[in-house]
Amino acid sequence: MSKVAEGSLAASSMVVKAETKNLNFHYGSFHALKSINMPLYEKKVTALIGPSGCGKSTYLRCFNRMHDLYPGNRYDGEIKLYPDNTNLLHAHVDPIEVRMRISMVFQKPNPFPKSIYENVAYGLRVRGERKASIVDEKVEQALRGAALWDEVKHRLKDLAFNLSGGQQQRLCIARALATEPEILLFDEPTSALDPIATASIEELIADLKGKLTILIVTHNMQQAARVSDYTAYMYLGEVIEFDVTDTIFIKPKNKATEDYITGRFG
Amino acid sequence: MPPSSASYIEGLSAVAESVISDRLSRRKTRHLRERFIEFILFSAAAFSVFVTLGIVYVLVSESVVFFRQVSVWDFLTDTQWTPLFDDAHYGIMVLLSGTLVSSGVALAVAVPLGTIIAIYLSEFAPFSVREVAKPLLELLSGVPTVVYGYFALLFVTPLLQALIPGLPGFNLLSAGLVMGIMIIPYVASVSEDAMRAVPMSMREGSYAMGATRFQTATRVVTPAALSGITAAYILGISRAVGETMILAIAAGMQPNLTWNPTEPAATITSFIVQVALGDLPHGSIGYQTIFAAGLTLMLMTLAFNVLGHVLTRRFRQAY
Repeated sequence: MSKVAEGSLAASSMVVKAETKNLNFHYGSFHALKSINMPLYEKKVTALIGPSGCGKSTYLRCFNRMHDLYPGNRYDGEIKLYPDNTNLLHAHVDPIEVRMRISMVFQKPNPFPKSIYENVAYGLRVRGERKASIVDEKVEQALRGAALWDEVKHRLKDLAFNLSGGQQQRLCIARALATEPEILLFDEPTSALDPIATASIEELIADLKGKLTILIVTHNMQQAARVSDYTAYMYLGEVIEFDVTDTIFIKPKNKATEDYITGRFG
Repeated sequence: MPPSSASYIEGLSAVAESVISDRLSRRKTRHLRERFIEFILFSAAAFSVFVTLGIVYVLVSESVVFFRQVSVWDFLTDTQWTPLFDDAHYGIMVLLSGTLVSSGVALAVAVPLGTIIAIYLSEFAPFSVREVAKPLLELLSGVPTVVYGYFALLFVTPLLQALIPGLPGFNLLSAGLVMGIMIIPYVASVSEDAMRAVPMSMREGSYAMGATRFQTATRVVTPAALSGITAAYILGISRAVGETMILAIAAGMQPNLTWNPTEPAATITSFIVQVALGDLPHGSIGYQTIFAAGLTLMLMTLAFNVLGHVLTRRFRQAY
């Protein structure tokens, strides 16, 4: 893979958490992802940018096998998860097992019709965790991790819908953190939020980095520049360029990437 | 000679006036037409309201006549219902027990089965199965209730008699079970609509946490659709309480204060049928009883509808 960050400062010393190898994806007869090859470095933030319809969300949703929910979708190729070298896309790999290891935060906050506490505890409950003391502890830990604990600790029994949009999104992040995932996927997590809530989510992502591996889709280039360590530019289902974020934004190797970054296209 | 500027302006304003008045008159006819249409629409709406009010008026005024002769206390507490005997008693509890027991049996069938069917159709069934199953299910609600009544009397009762020795030929159990089957399509169909209205993003959130389909259906989709599901149950209760024909045919018509579904009993509705078809003289106290019974039935359904409304509002979520 000549495109990948060879020689750039970090690449050699980084641990690869997941690696996409020759991934092709079809929605019915539509070829949505074309021969994607790229690594995901452990405890770093990787951003996927590109114009609408370029396949960045489609690619993100391969990581937790969300496409399995709908008929007519087909994966070809591999996403290897390390250190155990599991191919996430293999037909014999249970998507539920994959989702136990890889959590996701969606574009629009989607809390469940439950209390704040039960929303965060959901992942633990579906895994069969019954011990109240463990659930209590992990819920608090997750809410602290999502910088929400101080705002909600006195009203954990309130319905989650009563929170503001930004708080709901942080609740969804807490929900995703509670199960201690190895990778956290963000699908345009701030596109439904106001600038202040957006800033708090970005701050949160910066805090989380170092604890787990993050893959984030964003349509906001400034956001990618602010929060990520690595950036992939996608166009028409292909990864055009993948590199250290600074390199992508300051001196991209590919003309198409440069045109997109500088706003001449897209 | 060019026209003086004054007359020119006069002429202009005359033209303008005629244009305006022309427009005004057109606007006037349009306005009238609008008013007329509004009136028609209003009348249609008002008609149904007035009919309902008329029914309430008849029920209440005839019941007032009844309650002049029988105290409300006796009506509510007496344990006998013998309006046609010389020693007449008017204890509505007798009929109410029949209504409640048969409705209870019906709901015990319809609520669990209807909910399970709704969960299956909304969350598990492949598209092709749902497209066939839903219309088929709705076909069930097109079966006339008199057919259900005979089905209960001639098919279900003998079957039950094989299981429960000594079960009388007329009983609340058989009528209630068949009534439950009749209500299933309502409960299932309305619940399924409510579940399908739950946004996909909420399901995805659940799946993304590693939940199974069943966990997603029971722990996320069902609570999210609770207001609609409650409405479905209330609709089912109202149908059960108001159902007449099945009970008149299969439950027997003798008044019987009982909470035991294996006994025969009259319900409020089947009593009304019995009296309305009989040859009681107009204005007699026996005739008057059906209005008091009808009023009771209406108040019950009203109470359930209000309850349903309250519950729906309490559980309503905005997505």
